[in-house]
Formats: sequence, structure tokens, C-alpha cells
Amino acid sequence: MITVEKISNGTVIDHICGGKGKKVLSLLGINENYPHRVALMMNVPSKKLGKKDIVKIEGIFVDVENANLIALITPHATINIIKNEKVEKKFVAELPEKLSIGKCPNPNCITNFEHEFEEFIKSNELYRCSYCERLFKGAELI
Amino acid sequence: MDMISMRDLDKKTIETIFERAENIEKFGYKERKGIITTAFFETSTRTKLSFQSAAKHMGMKVIDFVPETSSLVKGESFSDTIRMLDNYADAIIIRHPKDGSARLAAKLAKHPVINGGDGANEHPTQALIDIYTIKKEKGKITGLNISLFGDLGHARTMHSLLYGLAMSDVNLTLISPKGLEPNAEIIDEIKKEFKTEIVQKYEPDFTDADVIYVVRVQEERFADKYEAKKIKEQFKLELSDLKKAKSNVIVLHPLPKIDEISAEVDKSKHAKYFEQAANAVPVRIAILEYCMGME
Ligand SMILES: [Zn+2]
Repeated sequence: MITVEKISNGTVIDHICGGKGKKVLSLLGINENYPHRVALMMNVPSKKLGKKDIVKIEGIFVDVENANLIALITPHATINIIKNEKVEKKFVAELPEKLSIGKCPNPNCITNFEHEFEEFIKSNELYRCSYCERLFKGAELI
Repeated sequence: MDMISMRDLDKKTIETIFERAENIEKFGYKERKGIITTAFFETSTRTKLSFQSAAKHMGMKVIDFVPETSSLVKGESFSDTIRMLDNYADAIIIRHPKDGSARLAAKLAKHPVINGGDGANEHPTQALIDIYTIKKEKGKITGLNISLFGDLGHARTMHSLLYGLAMSDVNLTLISPKGLEPNAEIIDEIKKEFKTEIVQKYEPDFTDADVIYVVRVQEERFADKYEAKKIKEQFKLELSDLKKAKSNVIVLHPLPKIDEISAEVDKSKHAKYFEQAANAVPVRIAILEYCMGME
């Protein structure tokens, strides 16, 4: 087992499906210019997932809204908010009921021609464009 | 009240519209003042004319917006065009090639917007006319065996019709050439939502059908011309096909039809597509009343 230093103030995201950790970091806007400590552990053995990724980010407290976007990439990730080296809050990322981001993947959708705010509504495990009414997987929208 | 998608309607609303259409056929309708505009960004003679006829029957005035001669050619956005039309009319009937255009129009306009077909998405008023016709001809809709026959993958009315029929608790048989089945997404949706019984077939077989709904198979859909010819012949409805069906089976078609139904079928008691076309006016009057509010 590789050990990684604890972080003092920031977020630990656990139970990310194996291989999706990098995508989670980029969704949170973390790139080579990020000034604080970041750890990405890939393919950690996991009972539940087989292989999981874990990310530790110093200096960012992921809120529920961002956590729910993470669920689009990897459902049921666990978010731990760390303050003064202690877990202050722990919650599971859930698929959001509504999404107001991105572009409709349907090339014939009117929203790709007019400057309109896109909106997708959750329908079972998928998202329906509220204009063209097509269904999409969450991951297609981000 | 807008009418954009069958997904916005419930059974009760549909029944109210049908009751109203029935009463309109029997007793006529109350005249009302108002102006509607028909904004067809794509041709559709029948949908447009029957809405114009419905509105004129009701005593309303009609403005026809013709995109070719408007400032659209100068590059005016769709949104701006809708805002402009909203100032001139009490209701907007719209047909547009892009999916979701009618929903966008409804979000922008203060007045009711009625969807006369948005791309490959919805055409709810045609579906209501079709279902009304079945109910009128058969005296009921629940439990009927409905066969949809032809190119079910490209027909504009298919999403709305499938959804509306599934809502009405019918049994569906889909008969199409391979590759021209309805969109799998909508089939999954209605199976989940309404537990609709659906059988897919690839050859004409109308043994159990109470209603046959014919949609044209276009040759342009096939790369192989010989194959196209064979399939077109196979998917043409002949009187001999009906001989093997129930004696009271009825045949519907959204029209215009070209050669997908033989002339003998036209003359038979089974053909109900001319009645279906005639139902467009009372049903669309009922829809205009529903959307614009009764006076
Ligand atoms: Zn869309």
C-alpha cells in the first residue's frame, strides 16, 4: 500500500471508479498551475469497485453542487471535507436533478443554433434535454 | 397554455380535448375574437391549412408568416422572430426543422404556442387527430391492437403517436423494414412508463389488428435501388392484406399518401384516412380553445 501524506485543509474524494480520478480533477479545474498539494492514487484495490481512484486536494472545499457534477463521471464517490486534518463533513455524490451546463449533444437541437441556456432534467438515470427531449447519459453532458 | 409535446399532456386533458371536439362536431362552437399566426419555417400544407381553417371557423383572423420573404433572410435569429410574432398575434402555430424549436418559442412568447412539428421530435396535434379518429371509429381505444406499418424510423408523427397510443393503453405491433424501426429510446420509454405491450415484426401480418396505421417507405432511405423497390412493394398495403385481417379493421394514414396504399383499399370500407383528415378541423378547434382558453 502506497501511503500519501494527510492533507490539512481540503477535500478527499474516495470511491472514484478506477481510471476516472484524472477526469474528476479536471472537472474541478485542477491543472498544472494549481498551487497547492494534490495527490491522485489510481487503481487502488477496492472491495466495492474492484479498482478505485482516490484524490486528495489541499486548499479546495468541494461543495454539494460540484460533488453532484462528479457523480456524472463516477456515481457514488465519497466526498470528505478536511479541516485542520480532521474530517469535518462526509457525503456521497448524487446525480443532480437538473443540469444547466454544457451543450446539447443532439446536433439538430435548437439550442445549438440559438443562444439559449441549456437545461437537462434527470429522468431515471439519464438526462432529458428540455428542448429537443432527447435522453443522454450524464457523462455525455460534461 | 402551450401545446408542445405529448409528454406535457395527461389522459384527462386528452379526454377533455376529445369531448370538446365531439361536441364541436355535433353542435358547433362559440365564435371568438382573436388573431393567430401560422409560422411555418418548413412546408406543411395540411397542418397549416387545417389550423387556418379551424381558426377561421372560430371567427378569428389569421396572419401567415412566410419566412422566405421576411427579415430571416437578412439573418434575424429565430428567437427575435418569435418575439416579433408574439406582439402581433394571440397564439402562434409553429413548424420548424430544429428539434426543440417549439419549446424555445413557448419559453419566449407570452401567448400560447402550438407545436405543428419540431424537427424529428414531436407533432402532438397530429397524434391527437389520429387517436381521436381511432376512438371515433372504434368507439373506444383501450385494449385495441394497433399495427403501425411502414417507415417508423423517419415519420414525423411517430414520437407523438407512440407516446399518445401508449398513454391510451393499446397493444402495439410495429411492422417495418429492418433498420426503419422507431427510435429505440422512445420504445424503452413507453415500455417503462406505460407497460405497453409491443411486438416488432419485419413482414406484413395484420391477423390481430383492429387498426392499421400506414406510413410511407421512401426509396431514398436505401442505397441499393433494387432492394428499395422490393421493400416498397412489400410495404404497400393491398386489399389482399386486409382479406386476412379482422373484417372490421380500419386503415389510417396521416396523408399525403402517394403509392403506399392501393386504390382498391381507398374504395373499401376499411379506409378511414379521409375521415381522419376531416377530423383535423374539429380537433384543432378544440386544441385552439384549450390553448387560448374558452371565452
Ligand atoms: Zn437538446
